[in-house]
Order: sequence, then C-alpha cells, then structure tokens
Amino acid sequence: MSNAVEIVDLHKSFGELQVLKGINASVKTGEVICIIGPSGSGKSTLLRCVNLLEQPNAGQVIVHGVDLTHRDVDIDAARRRLGMVFQSFNLFPHLSVLDNVTISQRKVLGRGRAEAEKIARNNLEKVGVGEKARAFPAQLSGGQQQRVAIARALSMDPQVMLFDEPTSALDPELVGEVLTVMRQLADEGMTMLVVTHEMQFAKEVADKVLFMDGGYVIEQGPAAQVIGAPQHERTKTFLRRVLDPTHLDVTE
Amino acid sequence: MADSSTTLAGPASGGARKLSPRKRRQLSLAAQSLVLVALLAILILTVDGSKIQKSFFDFKAAQNMFPALFTVALKNTIIYAVSAYVLGFVLGLILALMRLSSFAPYRWISLAYIEIFRGLPALLVLMIIGFGLPIAFDGLQFPLDPYDKVAIGLGLVAAAYMAETFRAGVQAVPPGQLEAARSLGMSHSRAMFSIVLPQAVRLVIPPLTNELIVLFKDSSLVSVIGITLAGRELTKLGSDEAIKVANSTPFVVAGATYLLITIPLGILVRRLEAKQRKSR
Ligand SMILES: Nc1ncnc2c1ncn2[C@@H]1O[C@H](COP(=O)(O)OP(=O)(O)O)[C@@H](O)[C@H]1O
Ligand SMILES: [Mg+2]
Repeated sequence: MSNAVEIVDLHKSFGELQVLKGINASVKTGEVICIIGPSGSGKSTLLRCVNLLEQPNAGQVIVHGVDLTHRDVDIDAARRRLGMVFQSFNLFPHLSVLDNVTISQRKVLGRGRAEAEKIARNNLEKVGVGEKARAFPAQLSGGQQQRVAIARALSMDPQVMLFDEPTSALDPELVGEVLTVMRQLADEGMTMLVVTHEMQFAKEVADKVLFMDGGYVIEQGPAAQVIGAPQHERTKTFLRRVLDPTHLDVTE
Repeated sequence: MADSSTTLAGPASGGARKLSPRKRRQLSLAAQSLVLVALLAILILTVDGSKIQKSFFDFKAAQNMFPALFTVALKNTIIYAVSAYVLGFVLGLILALMRLSSFAPYRWISLAYIEIFRGLPALLVLMIIGFGLPIAFDGLQFPLDPYDKVAIGLGLVAAAYMAETFRAGVQAVPPGQLEAARSLGMSHSRAMFSIVLPQAVRLVIPPLTNELIVLFKDSSLVSVIGITLAGRELTKLGSDEAIKVANSTPFVVAGATYLLITIPLGILVRRLEAKQRKSR
C-alpha cells in the first residue's frame, strides 16, 4: 500500500524554542491518524508544517511522492493536495457561504462559476448545510461554520485532509454534528490527519493514534493499543488527565 | 454584601456629612450648568450685536458670490478634494502593501515616504510642486494646470496618512484569514487581494472618510500656487469677495458651504462606526 504522507525527521524551532525535535510518521492512503498530546506539545505545529504554513527547519514532508519541502517545489500547487480545517473555522466573513466555497475553486483551479457552484452545493449538501448557501458565516452556529469549512476544503479535491482540533471551539452540543461529518469522510476513504481531544472518536475512527509530548512522538500504534493499553508513563498520565479530569484534580 | 448595606445606611442613620455619590453628581452638574449660563450672559452683554451682524451677516455684501459660489468655487473644491483623495487612496494602498512586504527594500522605501510626507506641511508640498518642479525640470508641463498640480500636491500628503490607515486595517484582519486562504492553495498576493484587503478596507472606511473631510479643508491651500479665476475654490472666492466689499460676510458664506459637505460626511462616519461596533 502506498504512503499518502511521509514525515521524515521533521524539525521546527521558533527562535530558541525547539517545538518539533525529529518527527517520523507515515500515513497510508485512506488511513485516519489521530494525533493526541498535551497542549503545547507541538501538534498544531506538526500539522502546519505538513502543509507548509510553517517552514520546517529540517526534515521532509512527502505527499504522494512529492517532497513538499524541496526548495524548488511550487508551494501553492503543493498545498492544494492538502485540505486544512482549523480550530477557529476561519471562514471568510465578507463572503457568503457559497462564495466561501467557490472562491478558491475559481481563483486557484480556474473553474467556471457554474461548475464551482455545483461542486460547492454538492459538498455543502454532503456536510448537511445545503440550505445555508446564501447565508453569511456570522449567521451560522459554530457547528455549521465548521461544516462549511470542511466543505470548502473538500471542494479543492484534496488528497489528504488535516484537522486541527476541529471541535475544540464548539459548544458541547455541537461537537457531534462535526464528528459525524468527519466519520463519514473517513468511511468514504479520505486520508485524514486529525489533532483531537475526542478520545471516543479516536478509538472508533482512527487506524492509528500518535501520542506527542515535548516535540517527540512518544508512542504510536493502533487506537486500541495507544489509548486502551498505553506503554509509556507520559501517555498514561496524559490519558488519565483527559479521560478522568476530576480524579486528577484531587491527586495533584 | 455587608459593605454595600453600611454605605447605603450611612448618611441616613449616622447623619454623616459625606454626600452619597448620586447627590455629589447632581451637585456637580448644577454647578457646571450655572457656569455655562453665566458665560453665555457675559457674551450677550459684552458683544455689540448690530456690529457683528453688519460685518458677518450682511447678506447684501455676499450677493456677488452667486452663482459662482456653486458653479465655480464649490465645484472646484470638490474636484480638488476628490482627485487628491483618489490619488492618495491608490498610492496609500500601494505604500501599505510595500510596508507589509517581505522584501525589505520595499519596506524601507515606503517607511521613508510615509515619514517624509507625514512630516511636511501640505502647504509646503503644494509650493514645491507648483513652483519648484516647473523650475527644476525645465520642460515640465502640467497639462491640466492647476487641477493636476493640486491633485498631486495634496494626494502625495494624503497617501502617507492613508498608507498608515490601510496598514492598520490589514493588521486588524485575523492572521487565520490569510492562513485559511493559503491552505486553499491561494498565493500570497491572491490571498491578500481576495481575502485580506476586502476585509481591511471595510474596517478602515470610517477613518478614510475622515481623510476626505480633511482634504475638503486642505483644498483651501491651493490659492498659494496662483490659480486663475476659473480655478478658484471656496476660500479663495470668499476672501476675494470679502476684500472687494470690505465685509466679512463672504467668509461666513464660504464657511457655511464647507459645512454643507463636511457635516453630512461627519454624520456618515459616525453611522458607519456605530454599524461596525454593532456587527462585532
Ligand atoms: N508562530 C509561533 N511563534 C512562536 N512560538 C510558537 C508559534 N507557534 C507555536 N509556538 C509555540 O510552540 C509550542 C507548540 O505549539 P503548538 O504546536 O500550537 O502546540 P499544540 O497544538 O500541541 O498545543 C508552544 O510552546 C507554542 O507557544
Ligand atoms: Mg494546537
């Protein structure tokens, strides 16, 4: 089976601060990888290095055989292979939902208006916000906004989707609708890298879970193993904290 | 809880001298009103009403200003202000983008420009353009003289202010907007023009409208570069007439005509600001 994404010895620092200290990971086509780990461990930075929103200091990111970190690569073209969904949605507030989903199709891929709108409506329908095409982002709930953001990314026909804590900014009752859409995407065979604190989702959907701490991948493997029977002390501590926060409040 | 009940009970039960905050506010307001009334009374009693009326509100003296007040002076004022504004807007936008560029020489050029033109009086810049340039560059012609001179002189100065305004606007757009656009495959400049700038411009519409008000007033400076009768704007027409009739009423008429434009613009700015506050 071919590797959709290969991350090789990836290093990233911000000035003196070393955030990624040599990350190795690979994602096979159609796999869902969940990345978990404490806040500040470099999960977002890793995801942002994968689509070159941050320039890594060393190492490689290879997507379907193309080395994105190569000096001569066309970065804008390379990024198109990867869709990204952000914690804070980042919809364009001055554009309608439909325009949010069509603008880059038209300006980047050169699709005509009719074609772009057809693709947009299909994807909006798919994530369950088809009737909101004419609305503006500010008129939508957080869950709806995040689903529009997913539709927007999908409309660029990405080979891989990156999710950076897509449900962390949502009210609890809206988390489910976004996770449902992501689960559906996974079922359809989309290759996905998901930073998340939703352990239930990770357990049920992820083919592999990757635990990061202090700029390293501490542990990786099948969800049942990493979440169900963690080997490393740091993984155990983290999971105890996430799965049973009240218990820890007493002991610490 | 205990605190607030003691202060409430304080003056009533203890009979303390200290006034409650509400009483103190009332007293202070009463005192301020009294001062205002007194000042007004002094003003009315000391000035000679009829003399004021004759020198500022003798509308016979302003008769000759019509219809040139509107057909020439107001029209020119608008042309000067708007043409300078358009030039300032375009140049200001370019300077702001240079200022935010990752290419250092662009940033230096833009910064130098902004510092120089923000620091020079508009009057001086107009004189340099109007008198200096034609002498320095022998064959230099201004084909639309004085309209092009004025647009350039005032526009160069306005561009410096607008550049700073645009820059603040661009920086007020959350960085996630640019990132989202880039993650969709847009180049930096495409993301800038399609996503960031439209939002930035919306944010700075109120201060940019203020700049238009400033230009309406600064257009009065053009008389220093020697304009023909046909090129006169409000201040020049007012002062020419005032001298001719030896009366100040033409000044008042010219002034009122400025306010005809600037007050509605001011109201517009406040409306836009209120709308933006609400939408946040
Ligand atoms: N642009 C940046 N400049 C400086 N430091 C950064 C930047 N982005 C992230 N960091 C730092 O890198 C570390 C890892 O951040 P991040 O990748 O966001 O962690 P996580 O997503 O796992 O919470 C943090 O200490 C954070 O402060
Ligand atoms: Mg993060």
